[in-house]
Amino acid sequence: MDAKITLIVNGNERTVVTDPARSLLDVLREEFHLTGTKYGCGEGQCGACTVLMDGKKTLSCITPVVRADKKKITTIEGFADGDSLHPIQQAFLDKGAIQCGYCTSGMILAAAALLKNNPKPTDKQIKEGMNGNICRCNGYTKIINAIRQAALQMKEVRIP
Amino acid sequence: MIKDTHTKELLEPLCNDSINAPDSGIKLTRRTFVQMLGSGLLITVTQGVSFGQRGRSDGQLSVAARLHLNPDGTITVMTGKVEEGQGSRAELAQAAAEELRVSVDRIRMIMSDTALVPDDGITAGSRTTPINVPAVRRGAATARELLTKLASEKWKVDGGDLDVRNGIITHKATRKTVTYADLAKSKDVAEVFKQTIPSDVVVTPVSQWKTLGTSVPRQNNRDIVTAKHRYPSDVLRPNMLYGKILRPVSYGATLESIDLSKAEAMKDVIVVRDGQFVGCAAPSTFLAAKALEAVAKTASWKTVVHPSSKEIFTHLKKNARTGERSRPRTSGSVEKAFADASKILSETYEVAYVQHTPMEPRAATAEWNDGKLTVWTGVDGPQRVQGDLARTFQLPNERVRVIVPDMGGGFGGKHTGEAAEEAARLAKAVGRPVAVHWTRAEEFTWAYFRPAAVIECRGGLNNKGSLIAWDFTNINAGGAAIDTPYNIANKSILSAGSDSPLRQGAYRCLAATANNFARESFMDELAAAAGADPLAFRLAHLENQRIRTVLEAAAKHFDWPSRRKKVTSELGVGLACGTEKNSVVAACVEVSIDRGRGEIKVNQVCEAFECGPIINPANLLSQVQGCITMGLGPALREEMQFEDGKILNAGFSGYKVPRFEDVPKIEVHFINKTDIPSAGGGETPIIAIAPAIANAVFAATGIRVRSMPMQSALFRQL
Repeated sequence: MDAKITLIVNGNERTVVTDPARSLLDVLREEFHLTGTKYGCGEGQCGACTVLMDGKKTLSCITPVVRADKKKITTIEGFADGDSLHPIQQAFLDKGAIQCGYCTSGMILAAAALLKNNPKPTDKQIKEGMNGNICRCNGYTKIINAIRQAALQMKEVRIP
Repeated sequence: MIKDTHTKELLEPLCNDSINAPDSGIKLTRRTFVQMLGSGLLITVTQGVSFGQRGRSDGQLSVAARLHLNPDGTITVMTGKVEEGQGSRAELAQAAAEELRVSVDRIRMIMSDTALVPDDGITAGSRTTPINVPAVRRGAATARELLTKLASEKWKVDGGDLDVRNGIITHKATRKTVTYADLAKSKDVAEVFKQTIPSDVVVTPVSQWKTLGTSVPRQNNRDIVTAKHRYPSDVLRPNMLYGKILRPVSYGATLESIDLSKAEAMKDVIVVRDGQFVGCAAPSTFLAAKALEAVAKTASWKTVVHPSSKEIFTHLKKNARTGERSRPRTSGSVEKAFADASKILSETYEVAYVQHTPMEPRAATAEWNDGKLTVWTGVDGPQRVQGDLARTFQLPNERVRVIVPDMGGGFGGKHTGEAAEEAARLAKAVGRPVAVHWTRAEEFTWAYFRPAAVIECRGGLNNKGSLIAWDFTNINAGGAAIDTPYNIANKSILSAGSDSPLRQGAYRCLAATANNFARESFMDELAAAAGADPLAFRLAHLENQRIRTVLEAAAKHFDWPSRRKKVTSELGVGLACGTEKNSVVAACVEVSIDRGRGEIKVNQVCEAFECGPIINPANLLSQVQGCITMGLGPALREEMQFEDGKILNAGFSGYKVPRFEDVPKIEVHFINKTDIPSAGGGETPIIAIAPAIANAVFAATGIRVRSMPMQSALFRQL
């Protein structure tokens, strides 16, 4: 049976009538056309589908949409403040931490969650905190540089 | 609410950079595009460039490039090359900017849209740098020369008295100027600039490079971090459905019967069957998958016997096309040299099947209009897939348009357009656009694999410890980098085919990793047999100055002699070198061995690399770092496991790719060799990793691990 689900996506209230077992990822992409959140594995192993749910890192591919009902969802589309990039986005640009870029949205959201909990992580803590996110271009070294830079520049992590 | 404009924008046809790019592309042919650009300048370059890819018979392929001078002073460069993270977008923009004497931000790239771009060949084999960059440079240099000539004729002055900078042509004596933008508007020039580009046009020497040789970022990086960029799997079309395809229950299985009725009864679901092809289309992926599940439950299959990964090496060896009818490449007197040798070593190496697993699995959206097909998809060869689709649907090529938006990785794994064909079939049957997005499990099962290999090596040393005889046979993986770069007077080298139970194909550097793993491991074994240091033994047999340079650089920066003295039973160092695709690489690594758990941890990789004059240092660094880390996967853990025609580890939970915590301390040293042409740098840096690790494991443990992945192999041997 379909259910009516209400999500607050990037500050906007959205409703959808759908199967409650459908993944949050599919709803974001197919109902709201927010394609920045990516499918990578469908089993919560790669982090490409990372969003923030009430500020917490969430793997949208294994999250039934019913679990997101009435929750605040932040996706990459809501991350910049108008034309002004979030410092983490800017750090990815500055450090050239992008190859194919398909993992990038998930990386940025996972980095935000990491830095929110630990604003000044060591490299070891960055690796631990980001270990659920796969980059198949294997651009990990520059992604670590970007997260390090973002941590240096931010007094506190703004989560939109 | 999300602004309507956002959704609307998503539904508009996808183009690359904006150049008043045509919308509703299906009506577009290259000719109409040329006409549309008619207010400006179009230069067409068509010339055959001869090259051969080792192990293949591609032979003569044509290379073409197009540049368009826009009235606003920007220049559009059109190329059939694909951007998949390797850096072609920036590199080709740099090539044009350099020769046109403009800053790179004036360049607009249109890539990989068969309606708009020339066929530059498939994006593979590190060929963009040596083939397409020069083609774009020649085109741009000719454009600049012709524009200068026009100005000199107009002003009746000598062309040598003109200076071109920032898209402005200046007569040095009178300070008269004319801009590219002015000329773009001139009707007279259009004809002049349609000339064919001479192959001998002079391009800017490396010593005078201003844009080439600098770290230009990819132009659409900002669209990546904001997710404004739409990947192939993000393409949305009005009225679009999502499709799911029925897959055989195992490799080689054929469909005997199926009952579609349950799925057909589902609301909003359309089921399509055409022989063995069965697919479901629905307004959501969720519903399409549900419908397919209902269909799949009713399917009965005729299966075939299929070898398992446990017996793969026996199987490949048994079916190897070696023996009397094979023709190894030989030099010297191999058997005589072995007879003369005072010491002979003979070993067999194995390499498991692995997969590319790009982050974005295969995806396509297809749309039919008036008997014409447009497909947005992620493939390396847009023109190749255009041809495939034209044949499948019995259409002339010009009625098929393939567009490849910058895609989510490939690594040699997206040479084929399966998703494009599947989406097109469904879209045709249902009369609406259909998107087919492969799941990770589908990608793991129905894409293709880097070949498994059995490699047999035999080497003979004389009483001075010199290598005098060499016999090397690769079964199944291929001939990339199969020849030894070492000086050995008597050698026999063979790449032998076999019967591969899995569909196999290209992968970053093809068989060069397998061949280098075996050769460089075996060189270490021979060094040990000769009682020599692995570095000294290699150098004693190495005349190739480029390899010597990177090997010595890596060893120096790693501090090889003193690090080697510090080896313990739990800490090893190893090195390896090699050459492929006209670039050279050497790596030194340090590993820790946890004997209790049988674990190998790579602590440090120090790699030196040279690929001629460096075109984009930051991008090259990304490529080399990426190769090093990617190389750790198949070296240590990655392997396809299969049985009864099924992949047993078709997911990231069972197939362990490198993650953040695997990343070692990486040190990269470039040698910028400016007296040769630039070679591609996105592949060769991977080939030294596995053997360097194997050699480091041996240094620590005394155990030779001759099978990739080495983690499980070491565990078995401990």
